Amino acid sequence: MKAIDRKMLRDLRAMWGQALAIAFVIVSGVATFVTMTATMDSLQRTLATYYADYRFADAFASVRRAPEQLQNRLRQIEGVGQVQTRVMAAVNLEVPGFGEPVTGQIVSIPEGKQPVLNQLFIREGRLVRPGREDEVLLNEAFAEAHGLEPGSTLTAIINGRRKTLAVVGIALSPEFLMQIQPGSLFPDPQRFGVMWMGRPALAAAYDMEGAFNDVNIALAPGADVREVVAQLDVLLKPYGSQGGQERADQPSHFYITEEFRQLRSMATILPVIFLAVAAFLLNIVVTRLIGTQREQIAVLKAFGYSSTDVGWHFVKMVLVIAAVGAVGGTVLGLWMGNGMANLYMEFYRFPYLDYTLRLPVFFAVLALTTGAALVGVIRAVRRAVKLPPAEAMRPAPPANYRPTLVERIGLKHLFDQPTRMIARNLERQPIKALLTIIGMAASGAILVLGLFFSDAFDYIIDVQYGMAERADLTVTFNQPTSTAALYEVQAMPGVLYAEPFRAVPVRLHHHHRSYETGISGIPDRPYLRRVLNRDLDPISIPPEGLVLTDRLAAKLDIEAGDQVLVEVLEGSRRTIAVPVIAPAQQYIGLGAYMNLNQLNRIAGNGAALSGVLVAIDARYEDQLVDALQERPRVASIVSQERIIESVYETSGQSTLTFAFILTLFAGVIAFGVVYNSARITLAERDRELASLRVLGFTRNEIAYILLGELALLTLLSLPVAFALGALLSAATVESLQTDLYEFPVVLGRGTFAYAAVVVLSAAAISALIIRRMLNKLDLVGVLKTRE
Amino acid sequence: MKHPPQETPHKIVFEARGVTKVYDMGTVQVYALRGVDLDLYAGELVVLLGASGSGKSTLLNILGGLDTATAGRVFYRGEDLTQADEHQLTDYRRYHVGFVFQFYNLIPSLTARENVAIVTEIARDPMTPEEALDIVGLSDRMDHFPAQLSGGQQQRVAIARAIAKQPAVLLCDEPTGALDSKTGVVVLEALERVNRALGTTTAIITHNAAQAQMASRIIHLSDGQVTQIEQNPNPMPASEITW
Ligand SMILES: Nc1ncnc2c1ncn2[C@@H]1O[C@H](COP(=O)(O)OP(=O)(O)O)[C@@H](O)[C@H]1O
Ligand SMILES: [Mg+2]
Repeated sequence: MKAIDRKMLRDLRAMWGQALAIAFVIVSGVATFVTMTATMDSLQRTLATYYADYRFADAFASVRRAPEQLQNRLRQIEGVGQVQTRVMAAVNLEVPGFGEPVTGQIVSIPEGKQPVLNQLFIREGRLVRPGREDEVLLNEAFAEAHGLEPGSTLTAIINGRRKTLAVVGIALSPEFLMQIQPGSLFPDPQRFGVMWMGRPALAAAYDMEGAFNDVNIALAPGADVREVVAQLDVLLKPYGSQGGQERADQPSHFYITEEFRQLRSMATILPVIFLAVAAFLLNIVVTRLIGTQREQIAVLKAFGYSSTDVGWHFVKMVLVIAAVGAVGGTVLGLWMGNGMANLYMEFYRFPYLDYTLRLPVFFAVLALTTGAALVGVIRAVRRAVKLPPAEAMRPAPPANYRPTLVERIGLKHLFDQPTRMIARNLERQPIKALLTIIGMAASGAILVLGLFFSDAFDYIIDVQYGMAERADLTVTFNQPTSTAALYEVQAMPGVLYAEPFRAVPVRLHHHHRSYETGISGIPDRPYLRRVLNRDLDPISIPPEGLVLTDRLAAKLDIEAGDQVLVEVLEGSRRTIAVPVIAPAQQYIGLGAYMNLNQLNRIAGNGAALSGVLVAIDARYEDQLVDALQERPRVASIVSQERIIESVYETSGQSTLTFAFILTLFAGVIAFGVVYNSARITLAERDRELASLRVLGFTRNEIAYILLGELALLTLLSLPVAFALGALLSAATVESLQTDLYEFPVVLGRGTFAYAAVVVLSAAAISALIIRRMLNKLDLVGVLKTRE
Repeated sequence: MKHPPQETPHKIVFEARGVTKVYDMGTVQVYALRGVDLDLYAGELVVLLGASGSGKSTLLNILGGLDTATAGRVFYRGEDLTQADEHQLTDYRRYHVGFVFQFYNLIPSLTARENVAIVTEIARDPMTPEEALDIVGLSDRMDHFPAQLSGGQQQRVAIARAIAKQPAVLLCDEPTGALDSKTGVVVLEALERVNRALGTTTAIITHNAAQAQMASRIIHLSDGQVTQIEQNPNPMPASEITW
């Protein structure tokens, strides 16, 4: 090995603590990047193969009832490759040992064989046998939630009649990666499950013999899905279709893509922060190193090393640190990514997982780390390179201290000598002090960002289910039902208050934009479902006009006062123009609201209810649910408490894991910054501090000079951390907005406290290490050596 | 620039004409050199003698291509150093000049052997680090780090480092400045030996008149000017010098 490289390695070894601290910061950044990118990649690849292998359909449509022969006409639509008709039905279930209402969605499959599209991955058991009317396969998530296995039974209330079903298999389907109850926003496998049943049996139960109510389409190669769906809509409209969906709008697929999108945005923001901090640390460390090596640089140049040689020498050193960080981070990231991908695999119930790191990702890591490292040191190295050798041979001039501002304005007597030394040092190197503050603030900010999600989540749940939706139970009927049902429910034991609602599927048109959604009819003085304005005050819905949530209005490019065309997708099937009044604030889901009476007029069928919202006496809940379930018209009973629980269950675990990882990494950053700053201050001032010791200052006094400065910087960094964290959260929030959620920037006090504790602890640990070094300060040696 | 051919005495190596160096300190201008004219001949050993601040280091640095003159010209074997660009100066230092500094300036993280190797690795036709260290009498200290060597030993390593590339000129800026006289003599002996054995043109800076006796010419500097050039037909062996 060349002597100059040996020098590089020995210099590196001499500052191993600092180099390691920086490498750790890089490891954190790279690991986050690799974890998220690898997870993303493998999930996406897995999804693509799963969809292809199990023939996930490209378009979907439901009708009320269409004759089976219609299939032939659907096949002739240009661009249609395959057509699969099905029967789907929503049923109430009774699961042995589970007292709460459970809703099921039964999907028909051919007897004894796989469907053509949306095939099943049979985890356990078998498909249904021909002629067996009571056999079903259960979706795995649902089966697991209730401990059901092949051989178990459960009861379905099909068209008002109880029927015992025998579980013969457990299956997965690309169509129900997320089994989300129609109208619900989150999966809840305990209370909603998908199951598959032989087509003849299901058709018989629902009067669908020779008919279908659901159709899946696979496109021919090169076909345009929009055109196919448009054609489909034309043919299916007479049979009660509310419009077909392309795959992108299919609930399970949509949910998954949104999650992937959020993951991707986190995969960019965090590593950038980490690498920026690493670049900053490299900057201060290398600047310092070059400062101490002025004369060595001069000697190298005097003996004929060129500026390029000298620059390359320092760059190589930095690259070694970057490479250790990149490789370490990649290995750690791969390992964590594997864990995370497996978590997601369980969560989405993929039958298999295709986990590998793509080579380009690794190259991206190398490029990013190298880039960040070089950006960090370029200035320092350029200065080293430019140093004229004769100049460098002279020791650097003594630092230029002067009385601080505080002293100049005459407050000198307020501070003792050590405190004045701290102040002067800070004032002399304001940029360095500022960078140290920013570096530490970055770690605090990452923590704030990590915890922000749960704060925001708590907040939107609070608004949605504490202020807007306040019903304990939402009872939905099979079809629009007469208002008498309200009084019937009202009279049931345990019901404290009941409020009617109507939900009408519509398509809203404004200029060339359109959006399919439902309008909720709200009674005059709503109590259980209220619409909130931007200040989160309930608004009263006037007799005429439509209220849209902010994001829906934005999607359709509508402002208050505009007219919107409402195309009713059931009953009257009219299209009428309605003025849009004030926008509403709603963090979860998109919504449109109207006065119940107006909605009834538009939709036809007279005064009808889609369901009833109920406030209950908790003591009667079980009894009430049982009684409601017996009613044939009741399609579903959804408990608010359960919704909230399921929301937290779905998002809670990944959020917690994420916050934990961030905490760890942010701690690494805080430690890296404080430790490096302290080490450098110590190196810069060891002679001064040793001189003070010789002059009779105690260890505590010199520790105060050094650590007092760090403590001050750490404290100053906290407010910066909070502000930076809020900014980061605001920046991230943009990328998290989906049709499902809008996240406001809400940060809890606990979050700030937690961030402060982590930063302070990291600072305290490095202070302890530095304190031990101070104790070992070699008084005579330090004074003797000349750099 | 070409590799130095075998030198014959009295061939001019350096030719300085009107060399001036001004340090612009903002408010004041410091004249470190005020028009120095000087020739150095191949193979000779000269001493630059002058009080502190007289401009000795500045002159030596300009000769060695470490610094550039404000005005005037410096020719090295007929080539104008003042016209050379950075790349040419680097090559000049790499292949032709060896430096010895007052504070040794060894790389603390490298052993004696490695401190020499760092120079021989980029030189043309160097001796081995072992040979160079042998010349200065440090064969038994090759794997010591600078911190494990005395001042005189460190300076001898520095000399080994400077001569290992077999340079045409050896420029020494107060090589004994940080040493006691006994150790200083050992260092001067090493320089003398190199000058004799390899025929290296050697310039030694000192402010110590006693040391000047070992030179064949003594160049007196004062206030940035050459005030006197003293011929010394019978240089005293370094071993006999005391101060
Ligand atoms: N980089 C510099 N900036 C300003 N003045 C300098 C610089 N280097 C040297 N000088 C001044 O130039 C003069 C000559 O310095 P120098 O050549 O080091 O003298 P010597 O080596 O004889 O002691 C001195 O007055 C010194 O202060
Ligand atoms: Mg000098």
